[in-house]
Amino acid sequence: MNQPMTITLAQKAGPRLSLAVGGLVLAILLALPLLHLLPADSALHVSAYTLTLVGKILCYAIVALALDLVWGYAGLLSLGHGLFFALGGYAMGMYLMRQSAGDGLPAFMSFLAWNELPWYWYGTSSFLWAMCLVVLVPGLLALVFGYFAFRSRIKGVYFSIITQALTFAGMLLFFRNETGFGGNNGFTNFRTILGFDITAQGTRAVLFLCTVALLTGSLYLGFRLARSKFGRVLTALRDAENRLMFCGYDPRGYKLFIWVLSAVLCGLAGALYVPQVGIINPSEMSPTNSIEAAVWVALGGRGTLIGPLLGAGLVNGMKSWFTVAFPEYWLFALGALFIVVTLYLPKGVIGLLRKEKEQ
Amino acid sequence: MRAAPIPEALLDPNRDPGGSREAVGLGSSAGKGLDVRHGTILTLEDINVSFDGFKALTNLTLYIGVGELRCIIGPNGAGKTTMMDVITGKTRPTSGSAFFGETLDLTRLSEVEIAQAGIGRKFQKPTVFEALSVFENLELALKTDKSVWASLRARLSGAQKDRIDEVLHTIRLDGSRHRPAGLLSHGQKQFLEIGMLLVQEPQLLLLDEPVAGMTDAETEFTAELFKSLARKHSLMVVEHDMGFVGTIADHVTVLHQGSVLAEGSLEQVQSNERVIEVYLGR
Repeated sequence: MNQPMTITLAQKAGPRLSLAVGGLVLAILLALPLLHLLPADSALHVSAYTLTLVGKILCYAIVALALDLVWGYAGLLSLGHGLFFALGGYAMGMYLMRQSAGDGLPAFMSFLAWNELPWYWYGTSSFLWAMCLVVLVPGLLALVFGYFAFRSRIKGVYFSIITQALTFAGMLLFFRNETGFGGNNGFTNFRTILGFDITAQGTRAVLFLCTVALLTGSLYLGFRLARSKFGRVLTALRDAENRLMFCGYDPRGYKLFIWVLSAVLCGLAGALYVPQVGIINPSEMSPTNSIEAAVWVALGGRGTLIGPLLGAGLVNGMKSWFTVAFPEYWLFALGALFIVVTLYLPKGVIGLLRKEKEQ
Repeated sequence: MRAAPIPEALLDPNRDPGGSREAVGLGSSAGKGLDVRHGTILTLEDINVSFDGFKALTNLTLYIGVGELRCIIGPNGAGKTTMMDVITGKTRPTSGSAFFGETLDLTRLSEVEIAQAGIGRKFQKPTVFEALSVFENLELALKTDKSVWASLRARLSGAQKDRIDEVLHTIRLDGSRHRPAGLLSHGQKQFLEIGMLLVQEPQLLLLDEPVAGMTDAETEFTAELFKSLARKHSLMVVEHDMGFVGTIADHVTVLHQGSVLAEGSLEQVQSNERVIEVYLGR
């Protein structure tokens, strides 16, 4: 009689412990912006640097979560998610540029001696329209790309290579001055957002809170999806697509839905990233960025929802420490980390934690 | 569930099942919406398939009757799996016609549409969703609306749960319902896949070497199971195990080099000169 008792208790402790840890992390994240508002000489004051750094990592965590939805669940490894992130960022950047330019043209356009805005800049002075673009541009691009890729049954490594080519093409396009997005300098020197000073403590705090809200929302959505029949169909799709088709499911719709959702989440993360970091340029679309996102997911543990968040946090935390302490060695450290995870932690950090708990 | 209305033609005691065709229409419960006027559920006529000049199927003509249990035998490379690929839409024939019932042209439907129309297939190598539990495997296979929107909001009804429980019992996996399918033994995976076909409620089941790798007891049980399925469903079983074929088949078709070599009861087929020649070498 005793044994089943302990087993059920242990099983109950598992989710409770996770919930407690999750709640604690959330509380800290909510406290950070408030502590930032304290006077600078207070012992508990959180500096703008720390707040921005954590905010940036949270944006990356959303990307990791979005990538995990397509890779970990549906088995589609995208090496081009940086493109969707950057497009969301650029859409937000357009609005911020218009804000700082007032009634005139954004600075880089005057520099190119342009007299009027290109057509796709119309309406970007409206925050609402910019928000629509943040969702629509990555969403529509993903929809069109996904429709053709999934219709042609492109999968596996071919799919990864094509997504990488896509983000590379995007980067080359945005590097050109003629494209109208500021060329290789991208957008910077933002001043205000919705009329508020973008570097003010209050604005930073609100942006940070929005990021926390988006992350929590994405996580909740991820949980709901993973627990639904839809999530189970995705897992089935990853493991045995043929079997699923002979069960009467059309994989295309399922892939397209999760693919577009993931792209939109990335776009939203990019839109929150830009005002916090204060710059967006085409290097965000470089394939290495997208590959790094895949490293976060693999390191944290794909096919779980918490894993990618841990991975994004760990890698970026280490990155910011390393690039200060030993700047030359960061890439070696990243490479070594990836090898260690591949060899010893096939299920990522989360797999390690779970194993500890089981023992 | 309401039983499908039985077409009057099928009730006629003097009915010649399949007309001049060779199909033996034993059953009477084809599903709703499928036109099986002539007692044939599957019609393959003059099917040709070639891969880069290699002729996998040559003028293959075959009829399966409603409710029939047909065994397909033949040496390696005779075209058995290719024939299943043609029926399920995985491979398109270069020429010939393939009909499900009287009206559904299988050469024009996609794999998914064919599956939805009521043809279920078990692969040669057991294929189940390894990361999901046994119960979840059956849940996904269950006959229901399989669109994205339906899956996002899907909840199992009581009747559906009962149906899954019933099938779990039939395939003797009650005890493993929550185990991940990847941890099942080879034989159990075979049964799970058969169970997935059952909950899908197809009218025609294609089974590619269902008893491969099963123990004798499991094979015997599978034979019982298939015999109980015939009449309610139509079955096409590809199998090498002659003992198994002998226990279940009322009708056997021998394929050789992509076309039908002989057809009839197992004894008839086994005493056929040409079949002996093919199997024992010339």
